[in-house]
Amino acid sequence: MAVILELAVQGAQMALVLLLAPLLTGFVRKVKARLLRRQGPSLIQPYRDLLRLMRKEVVLADNASWLFRVTPYLIFATTWVGAALIPTFAAGLTFSWTADLIAIVALLGSARFFLALAGMDVGTSFGGIGSSREVMIASLAEPAMLLIVFSLALVAGATQLSTVAAFMGSPEVGLRVSLGMSLIALVMVAIAENARIPVDNPSTHLELTMVHEAMVLEYSGRHLAMIEFAAFLKLLLYVSLISCVFLPWGLASAGAGLESLAPGVVAYVGKLAVCGVLLAVFETAIAKMRVFRVPDFLGAALMLALLGTLLLFVSRSL
Amino acid sequence: MPGLIDLILAGQRVENHFPWSRAVVTPKKWGFAVEQLAEGHWSLLGLWGEPGAVHMALLDESAGDIGVASLECPSGRYPSVGRLHPPALRLERAAADLFGLLPQGAPDTRQWLDHGHWGVSYPLSTRVRTSAATAFPYSFLPAEGESLHQIPVGPVHAGIIEPGHFRFTASGETVVRLEQRLGYAHKGIEGLMAGSDIDRAAKLAGRTSGDSTVAYSLAFARAVEAALGVQVPPRAVWLRALMAELERLANHLGDIGAICNDAAFALMHAHCGVLRERVLRASDAAFGHRLMRDCIVPGGVASFLSDEGTTALRSLIAEIRQRFPALVELYDNTASLQDRTVATGRLKVELARQYRAGGYVGRASGRDFDARRNLAYPPYGELAFDVPLLQEGDVNARVWIRIHEVEQSLSLIEQVLRQLPDGPIRVDFAQTNRSHEGMALVEGFRGDILAWLRIGKGGLVERCHLRDPSWFQWPLLEAAIEGNIVADFPLCNKSFNCSYSGHDL
Repeated sequence: MAVILELAVQGAQMALVLLLAPLLTGFVRKVKARLLRRQGPSLIQPYRDLLRLMRKEVVLADNASWLFRVTPYLIFATTWVGAALIPTFAAGLTFSWTADLIAIVALLGSARFFLALAGMDVGTSFGGIGSSREVMIASLAEPAMLLIVFSLALVAGATQLSTVAAFMGSPEVGLRVSLGMSLIALVMVAIAENARIPVDNPSTHLELTMVHEAMVLEYSGRHLAMIEFAAFLKLLLYVSLISCVFLPWGLASAGAGLESLAPGVVAYVGKLAVCGVLLAVFETAIAKMRVFRVPDFLGAALMLALLGTLLLFVSRSL
Repeated sequence: MPGLIDLILAGQRVENHFPWSRAVVTPKKWGFAVEQLAEGHWSLLGLWGEPGAVHMALLDESAGDIGVASLECPSGRYPSVGRLHPPALRLERAAADLFGLLPQGAPDTRQWLDHGHWGVSYPLSTRVRTSAATAFPYSFLPAEGESLHQIPVGPVHAGIIEPGHFRFTASGETVVRLEQRLGYAHKGIEGLMAGSDIDRAAKLAGRTSGDSTVAYSLAFARAVEAALGVQVPPRAVWLRALMAELERLANHLGDIGAICNDAAFALMHAHCGVLRERVLRASDAAFGHRLMRDCIVPGGVASFLSDEGTTALRSLIAEIRQRFPALVELYDNTASLQDRTVATGRLKVELARQYRAGGYVGRASGRDFDARRNLAYPPYGELAFDVPLLQEGDVNARVWIRIHEVEQSLSLIEQVLRQLPDGPIRVDFAQTNRSHEGMALVEGFRGDILAWLRIGKGGLVERCHLRDPSWFQWPLLEAAIEGNIVADFPLCNKSFNCSYSGHDL
């Protein structure tokens, strides 16, 4: 019985991220629109878009290979698994032993690998440009992410997220410089990974400036729906990750009863909302940077993460 | 050195060509004029054809003279201007497509407006030929080197914008060469105008480029009035200036926002969009049409400015004066935005001079020309305004020229509202059976628009040519983008904001 219940809670977590992901993107868009004194589309517009795309016919290029057709499902699956592993409202779920930071980085990395390949598969110039820019960004974002993971692992003594969250919620954490640096670095990586301003513009129609959008220009119908859904999930994943590690309050602890799950969910939704508003405000206040400035931006993230790790070697209390 | 006037005097003067003269010149004098253009003494205002003749409008800036040199070429061949003076190349290619006039010695004889879809060749000449409506291959200029790759963009774009094809040759992210291919928005305006009456031709002129409808109507109306010697009532003259400044205001506000939007700074776009919308609504209240289309007609203006309209305009000016400075400050103080616009898409001063770039493109690159001031057509002679001038030639400079012009336009609108005379707004004019020719140069928001026409039997338009400022700005965009990165092209393109429709006619 207990096993079934635990599996049910784990299943609820998987369903929850799937349900909330489009809402988060819709919320960020709405807040951005309101900041620009526009009405903005309704909060559930992303769901409608997904539904519309699912119903539409798929238009494939003549020379599209099997890779091109398989990639959307691959990306969706890996991103969903990644998002579902992160403790959102409760720590210590059935599968939490798999919720390892390095595994999540690897899942996202493989999703990106396949998307970059698919971008080049059809052989259009935009796909190639997008893939080359994406890989340039990834080559700096992934090392930065790994260094952040090292810092966290050194502080918390584990790369398993439930353990990290439990440690971060405990009073023995204290104020640490290295954690502050990791947080800033993680936010920068999250912005780059999710193709947000100032690295990429998610709402642009200018083919020549796109990164993520350029890679998926050739996709349509349910394939595009999968890719869009994966992008929504990725945003949710990063926001969940940041809130799980740096704002672990309200997280239902391992083995807690069902009654403590409700406040966990409420706290989680609250954290998503706060992060969504902050993201929208940040994106409104800044212009997109030149493509060649992105390495500077991510280089700063890399250096911050590296410094954080080094500080921990100097003193475990920093 | 003989001046432009001497060239015209030496030729065979054409009667009834106003306000400047036109002369049929010998091939030798034609060649002399081309040399003067190539050496930079004169500048080219336009080049257009008609069956059996080619015309070239010239401007002698030092003396302030304008003249038209015509060369008769019954065989359909004439010595190329573009051979020595590249700005004429595309004009020659267009004239070749429409009239079958072949420039001898021209370095570029590829078709320009004609993409092979018309079903006819040389549609405006006397020897129209039917041809299969099939597109033919177009060879882009080659660029050779290691690891160069081509990026074709358009003519259908991801956003809702006008059609045009851009062929980039890039080395990684750096643009080595950009070549444009235009003509997709060809509507056959010159063909439609031939043989139509003046009212219909005026309507067509106003539809050449939608965002410059006032400037085009004004250019056409002034050319008709010059040809027929019509005196426009003072109130109409002042109302025309009012409309022209409102159009400039709306377009510049829209552009400033749109340029920032192409750097993903949507905040400016949203606020400028609100201001532009206010201008359009005030124009609607004042003249009955948001873009003031068909409000300027030969002989005067078609819409009366009521007292409510004046009030709407006054409150519009007050609102923009109050809100615009904060936007300028936002633009100037946003470091991430400045990082994108400063030093991007630099247009050299020499190129701007050679191509006679008009409007903000020229004035941001040190070319001090504004038809409103240099020609002082009424009522601008009685109005006080400055023509902003910058030397940097980058995207930032083009934004700043627009910002200053917005301020100047606000002041001009105030002056016009203060001094607006009373009286009739339109006069009728008599039809004649003699041939009359007229031309006009009018400052639109992009730059100077040239209108030239001949009115023939029964008061019908025999030939009318409208030259958009974009003819001389598009080639400069190709030069300005070189060495920039591919991702900066939308920003540069928006800062030029050339017209596709006005160029493709």
